[in-house]
Amino acid sequence: MNFNLDRRGLLKAGAAAGVLAATGMPAVAAPKKGGTLRLGLAGGNTSDAWDGRTHSDTFMILMAHGTVFDCLTEVGADGQLKGELAESWEATPDAKTWTFNLRQGVTFHNGKPFGADDVLESLALHTAEDSKSAAKPIVASIESMKKITDHQVQFTLAAGNADFPYLMSDYHILMYPAGQIEEAMAKGIGTGLYQVQEFDPGVRAYVTRYADHYKDDAGWFDAVEAISINDAAARMNALMTNQVDAINRVDFKTEALLKRNPNVEIFEVTGNQHYTFPMHTNAEPFNDANVRNALKYGINRQELVDKILLGHGAVANDHPIGPANQYFAADLEQTAYDPDKAKYYLQQAGLTSLDVDLSASDAAFAGAVDAAQLFQASAGAGGININVVREPADGYWSNVWLKKPFCACYWSGRATEDWMFSTAYEAGVPWNDTYWENARFNELLLSARAELDSAKRGEMYHEMQAITRTDGGTIVPMYANYVDAHSTKLARPDKIGNLWQMDSSRITERWWFA
Amino acid sequence: MSGFGADLFRLVLKRLGFGLLTLIVVSLIIFGAVELLPGDFAEEILGQGATPEAVAVIREELGLDQPVVTRYFSWLGGALTGDFGISFGNQRSVAEQLGPRFANTLFLALVAACISVPLAVGVGILAALYRNSIFDRLANITTLTSISSPEFFVAYILILFLAVMNPIFPSLSNVSSGLDFGTRLERTMLPALTLTLVVTAHMMRMTRAAIINLLASPYIEMARLKGVSPARVIVRHALPNALAPIINVIALNLAYLITGVVVVEVVFVYPGVGQLFVDSVKIRDIPIVQACCLIFAATYILLNLTADVLSILSNPRLRHPK
Repeated sequence: MNFNLDRRGLLKAGAAAGVLAATGMPAVAAPKKGGTLRLGLAGGNTSDAWDGRTHSDTFMILMAHGTVFDCLTEVGADGQLKGELAESWEATPDAKTWTFNLRQGVTFHNGKPFGADDVLESLALHTAEDSKSAAKPIVASIESMKKITDHQVQFTLAAGNADFPYLMSDYHILMYPAGQIEEAMAKGIGTGLYQVQEFDPGVRAYVTRYADHYKDDAGWFDAVEAISINDAAARMNALMTNQVDAINRVDFKTEALLKRNPNVEIFEVTGNQHYTFPMHTNAEPFNDANVRNALKYGINRQELVDKILLGHGAVANDHPIGPANQYFAADLEQTAYDPDKAKYYLQQAGLTSLDVDLSASDAAFAGAVDAAQLFQASAGAGGININVVREPADGYWSNVWLKKPFCACYWSGRATEDWMFSTAYEAGVPWNDTYWENARFNELLLSARAELDSAKRGEMYHEMQAITRTDGGTIVPMYANYVDAHSTKLARPDKIGNLWQMDSSRITERWWFA
Repeated sequence: MSGFGADLFRLVLKRLGFGLLTLIVVSLIIFGAVELLPGDFAEEILGQGATPEAVAVIREELGLDQPVVTRYFSWLGGALTGDFGISFGNQRSVAEQLGPRFANTLFLALVAACISVPLAVGVGILAALYRNSIFDRLANITTLTSISSPEFFVAYILILFLAVMNPIFPSLSNVSSGLDFGTRLERTMLPALTLTLVVTAHMMRMTRAAIINLLASPYIEMARLKGVSPARVIVRHALPNALAPIINVIALNLAYLITGVVVVEVVFVYPGVGQLFVDSVKIRDIPIVQACCLIFAATYILLNLTADVLSILSNPRLRHPK
């Protein structure tokens, strides 16, 4: 397997070890086959279906993307990109034309062999004009795609994008059998490690190991039973009473009690998930960067991490790039709570005090209203009067977010810098929730996207994080950890993925019974 | 007797007719109420990802861009011919989705009823027999305590004692279609016991009160004076005349066992109708919400009707009108 990482600049300096890790499990613990993994998962809904275009919550991301289906590429637990259904890929120097070489001898669970047609038809689900896919913006840059041989496809992009292979690992972009997509979505026919036996949306899914799968160093369980448990207490109970082997989204408030149980272990990673307070930069008074900075200095980040996340998180620095990203600027100066600086920036804006409404609801994130009240208290010392408006959770994303000039919001983060920035920070995109436009930022975004030299890209992304921090319209006070728990009967690899919950939702692939 | 039978039949028919009318009114109210909630299915399902284009595409696909009145009547037309439509959420037919869930709910209600009704009536009779004794007080305190505690609290107490400290029953009601009866019963036990604790007090107190009320009647005194034992007085003479109020309370509680179990379902992750109903309201999946409401309303109507018919049958004065 040759991924040619250096040439495309996807490999950070000194991360050569990542290549080794990407080729197999760590040699320390020898995984063994067998057993039925029982998962108790939050995030299941009665509206769930095997249609990747609609997936947005843990249950289906884990069961479809991580278990029953495959994508072209996969982000390893170490954050490095590797092939899943694609074996290798090549780009032209302008990063506009990408050729993917597909894995040979792969079959879908119904026996149909996997090939180029399946890729084209699966991607067409997202690129179609009237597609309602959540991944539509990601693939919008694809100008044309064509089959070269049965196991080779070529994509031509409207503009160069060095991250294109990364985008192909997105959990929406699953590979379905061409000509049978409707049936595959109804029954769950993919190429993944496990094949569907039973699926009752919002209740449970039962899958068994697909014997002919091409990965022989993964998927150690004979079967996986995922039970949808949306109530936090019921989930904890199920793990405590040994009804399930692992659960996601541990309730912070009762985590200490869970820890006391010697048969249970907590696993926690800091990823890209972050909570935000976007301000509309096209509206008074947030159109003045000084006002934005006054608010950024008026929030006590550490207090929020301690009281809202109960320590399960880290302070963030007003940009959306997280520790799970490649070019995360860890050395950037950290904005810290400082009422005097807040006052100073207010003076710069020609103000002595400031009155603003902050809309919040727990629909934005758990504890958002409390967080807004803490913000109100800390900002008061800096001469900023925040009026917390409690909004209804119903319809929050339609009526408050993007509409109210200052509100609470969350982002689960993205695997690449470009993806995150172009989703919510690029000028004019629909989810730019601050209506922020910064010429230098947008110029850097375009040039970094097409840049194949890793060092140069790193520099550009560092500068962009710095610009976002001082000029951007979003206050990003904290990263929220993914906190999951498992029974000690389970064994896990040394490195756990931090893109999503449950080992980047690949627990069924990477874990085994001790 | 034939006159009475015809009367009863006419009564049942009339009540069923009114029931149907009630159902239509209920469906109208629910439809209006869901309309009044902020956001529709397209916005709720897309959440943070609701771009105007995506919302428009989904609305058009599901016909949500039609006016409210048109949508209601096209739904009503389907429902009257037995077609409850397709769920917005996953494009499966409502009947197919609701069927197994409703079967689960009925099973749970049945198990809970099989435990709670004999228990409540039995304890009620005993409490009336030994009224004001230690047993009576104890029965009252226990049942009143359990009905006064929130359902989820009762559920957690049962989990603590019967699943954590003494692992007798599983804390998770993971029931699915392929299970044999024994396993299914075992997994349904904790929610059924919780419901039993919740509904017993009402039925037990009513049984006790209805019987005690009759014990002051002259004919009971007559029975006592002729030397009938206290137990026989109650079972033979008082109970048959106390049946009407008891049956009514039992019917009310049975209806509750079917329609009011959402909290218990959540705690034990029991895949019944309640959970589906709440999920569907959350995403404004109107076809499912309507079907659930109709089932709930029909449950009340049918159980009340049954209770009334049984009350009439248990009352000789009504059974043999002059």
